[in-house]
Amino acid sequence: MRRKYAWFALLLAFALVAAACGGDDDAETTAAPAAETTAAPATDTTAAPATDTEAPMETFRVAIIAPSAQNDLAFTQSMVDAVTAVSGSVDMEIAITDGTFIVDDAAAAIRDYADQGYDLVIAHGSQYGGSLVEIAPDFPDVSFAWGTAADTFGLPNVYAYEAASDEGGYVMGVLAAALSQSGTIGVVGPVEVGDAKLYVDGFAAGVLAENPAANVPIVYTGSFSDVALASETAQAHASTGADVLTGSAQMVVGAIGVAAENGILWFGTQANQAQLAPEVVVASQVYHWEVVISQIVAKVQAGTLGGEIFVIDLANGGEVIEYNPGYSVPADVVAKADAAIAGIIDGSVSTGG
Amino acid sequence: MSDFFTEAVLIATVAAGIRLAVPLLFASLGEMFGQRSGVLNLGVDGVMLLGAFGGYYAVLKSGNVWLGLLVGVGVGIVFGLITAVMSVTLKAEQGISGIGIYLFGLGFSDLLFQKWVGTPLPIKAFPKIEIPVLADIPILGEMLFRHSAVVYIAFAAVPVSMFIINRTNFGMKIRAVGENPEAADSLGVSVTKIRYATLIIGGTLAGVAGAALAIDLKIFQQNLTNAAGFIAIALVYFGAWRPLGVMGGALLYGFVNSIVLQLKTLGIIPRSWSDIAAMAPAIVTILALVIVAQRFKPPTALTKPFERGR
Amino acid sequence: MTSQGGIQRRRLFAYSVPILAVVGALILGALMLLAFDASPVDGVKAMFDGAFGSSKALTETALKATPLLFVGVGITIAFRANVINIGGEGQMVAGALLSTIVALAMPDVPAIIMLPAVLIAGLIGGAIWGAVPGALKAYYGVNEILSTIMLNVVAVQLMNYLLRGPLIDPAEIERGTRIPQTERLPETADLPLLFGSGRLHIGPLIAVAAAVAAYVLLWRTPLGYRLRAVGQNTDASRYAGIPVKRTIVLALTLSGAMAGLAGAVLVFGSESHRMVTDGSTAGFTGSAGFNGIVAALFGALHPLWTIPASFLFGGLLVGGNALQRAVQVPAALILALNGLVVIFVVSSERFRRRLLERPPTSVETPAAVTATTAPDPPNPGAPDTTDGGET
Repeated sequence: MRRKYAWFALLLAFALVAAACGGDDDAETTAAPAAETTAAPATDTTAAPATDTEAPMETFRVAIIAPSAQNDLAFTQSMVDAVTAVSGSVDMEIAITDGTFIVDDAAAAIRDYADQGYDLVIAHGSQYGGSLVEIAPDFPDVSFAWGTAADTFGLPNVYAYEAASDEGGYVMGVLAAALSQSGTIGVVGPVEVGDAKLYVDGFAAGVLAENPAANVPIVYTGSFSDVALASETAQAHASTGADVLTGSAQMVVGAIGVAAENGILWFGTQANQAQLAPEVVVASQVYHWEVVISQIVAKVQAGTLGGEIFVIDLANGGEVIEYNPGYSVPADVVAKADAAIAGIIDGSVSTGG
Repeated sequence: MSDFFTEAVLIATVAAGIRLAVPLLFASLGEMFGQRSGVLNLGVDGVMLLGAFGGYYAVLKSGNVWLGLLVGVGVGIVFGLITAVMSVTLKAEQGISGIGIYLFGLGFSDLLFQKWVGTPLPIKAFPKIEIPVLADIPILGEMLFRHSAVVYIAFAAVPVSMFIINRTNFGMKIRAVGENPEAADSLGVSVTKIRYATLIIGGTLAGVAGAALAIDLKIFQQNLTNAAGFIAIALVYFGAWRPLGVMGGALLYGFVNSIVLQLKTLGIIPRSWSDIAAMAPAIVTILALVIVAQRFKPPTALTKPFERGR
Repeated sequence: MTSQGGIQRRRLFAYSVPILAVVGALILGALMLLAFDASPVDGVKAMFDGAFGSSKALTETALKATPLLFVGVGITIAFRANVINIGGEGQMVAGALLSTIVALAMPDVPAIIMLPAVLIAGLIGGAIWGAVPGALKAYYGVNEILSTIMLNVVAVQLMNYLLRGPLIDPAEIERGTRIPQTERLPETADLPLLFGSGRLHIGPLIAVAAAVAAYVLLWRTPLGYRLRAVGQNTDASRYAGIPVKRTIVLALTLSGAMAGLAGAVLVFGSESHRMVTDGSTAGFTGSAGFNGIVAALFGALHPLWTIPASFLFGGLLVGGNALQRAVQVPAALILALNGLVVIFVVSSERFRRRLLERPPTSVETPAAVTATTAPDPPNPGAPDTTDGGET
């Protein structure tokens, strides 16, 4: 008896909340197209079921799902910047769901954006692939892009993209070896997987190509995010005599601080890190995904939704070595880097990756 | 292995261990006060993150590291007060309410960062202070007496805490409230007031811990503390609720990390062991908890809200 | 009887307290939305539609609620024995890992064997991860909050090690991409879909069944009686001949088993049907090990009430994500909101309890009502007649 009341109370309270929420939106004109949810059920009369007829060809709708913050000066920002750059020439609407490190939530977001009829859904994280392979077949009219990865699962509506980060890494390694006095060059890595591993392996190969006697201690901290550990790793490198450092992933901001403090040269990757320490950052390998994204957008607009793997590298301008204008690199060292770039492009130099 | 015992590496390892211990030391000393009065605060990490952002932002805008530390104090006081309202006045379940503060701090610090700062810009660090005479001692001087100012503050907080807990009237009340709140209450000690005071001290030190970390690293980023606040709570148990024990625990934790790191740098621990090696501190802590639990008992009233007349 | 009506009104009020608490948290959330120049009205609408507005939304909510319900049920069991299990995160990971290993070890067995096997493996994995802190507490006096937090750390490192090494998809090594994930697990281990298609699998039903089972266990079996007796008064229980230490171990083991089951259901009901790590526990669990505790509180620490409570809380999380997509605020806002909801719900507990407490004039309120409030005078010898459905 009493339990019935309790249930009733819960339902009542819930209904009140529901009514309060539902009541507000009557007056509201349907703003923010992205806000439209899918296929309104019969019970919900307020939401206009507009998704089917929406998305005419003029505005191209892109959604990005990414694991870290959109201004991380690293992985996620490189993609957000690229899509923003492409939107300069294409009429585009961009939706971003960042910080989606929970893989299940990312899958739900990918599905929801596809359901809302976005033209291109970018799953910017290699850990999202397992979900994407299940989701993509359910939305044959939506194009998906997945990276960094080298597999489209044989699906006609999935593009894959990756960065040949070993190439830029190799060039940075050559620069590092040429500038190092001590011959000890430290690496602050996150976890030995994917993009970070490619970069680090390329970097080490570049160092050893320039100076076979160099010592390249590589430390993977085991975390993409532990800034304090990255910072102490840089200190440890400094104590063993390293005078040049590099590192990958968003936690390197700590290590760059240590480099600046000790006058140790730094090489960055994924985004231009010069602003973090203008006095010691020599150069950064910067990803310009727009090279890939503009091609994908053009193909999707032309009706091809997937089935291709794109790579950004030094040859196609997707990877650019950006020197820090605040640090002057001797001309002969730049010449060595240029020679490495040319060698990689014409295939005469192997990055060992 | 011989690479490890060179002068430069040894100095760096010890100095790194001390630096890594500092945020933990602040936070655990604060948590210790709360626990001595009978309140377990699991929200330390959230307050640290909020203090870290507050401190970072203040230094970014003002260029004054001491103002940054002060903002950390302010943030800590506010959240210490909120913790006290929840745990003491509203008598919320202590094991759970802290998780709420943690999740909030984790999200809100990042949210403010994205709204007000966006791109991680470096800030000024604490000035390095070389203690006269002592800093000139060979090796030892470099290990111990050439640190940034905040390191000395952290270690100075240890004897201060000892004095407060053991020698002052206030400390005696804290212990009484933690061991036997009914008796303390009957003697006219306000259990509520004492617990509010200790939780505000705890919040303050957690805020300072976060600010010190951010200013030491000269940066803020989402989840900067990487759950250091939870380690700090464990260290209070590890240190058997005594300031010296807490300091020992923080130093041990710092040293284990810095030694593992240095061994990885020298290639003595192979890369494939990284994930396994990362388990070591937690397992060591669990074992330490077992040993400590055999010899010391926690404050009797820990985690129990006080209800007069029960 | 006037007092009877008064009691009922108080109860009605009591049950609406957590809801009011959530509304309070949402109001602060609305202020945060305003700070980001987003319309709270749009936000709330998107949140509601995203959680409950369509059959797809309801499916997502049910799926999100499932691990919360498992963990919440485990929490209610532990809490009745006066043990707090903060280790749900690690227990979920342990259960998921063991069930994944089992599925990988015997890829060719039919579904009729595979499904129960992986679920039981999840149960066992979580149980082990719960039994350790249970034994440490019972026999060595180690605070379970501390040991479970540390075991969460161990579990995540173990997960990272296994998924980056021994359990990694061989294709990842071949391609050189080394994404830390297993291969697609055998299809025989996929949780069957309820309607043959769509996303809704049997996971939510298993969770509801687990809640009912926990209810029966706690209030209809001698074992459950022992658990509750230990929770109410340890000394009296010991005096009455109840093996207190073993009961405490059992409480955390059962609690861990529920979380382990949640981990298994997450893996075999996931979109990708494989186990992936981003390096953190939350990346896999979605913090369900923590949020499940809140769902249990929301459900007044009663297994059956935890069912609707988990559903509502799951809706809140799913709706929060939908809100982020709709009004394009940073995802960190949803995390902060999640924290606020926890803070408000936990803090409001006091008011709910007070409303439920026995008024002096009442003669009828069952004794179990006060079970969560304070140790009542123990009554271990008396037959266990309380209905329990009230607290």
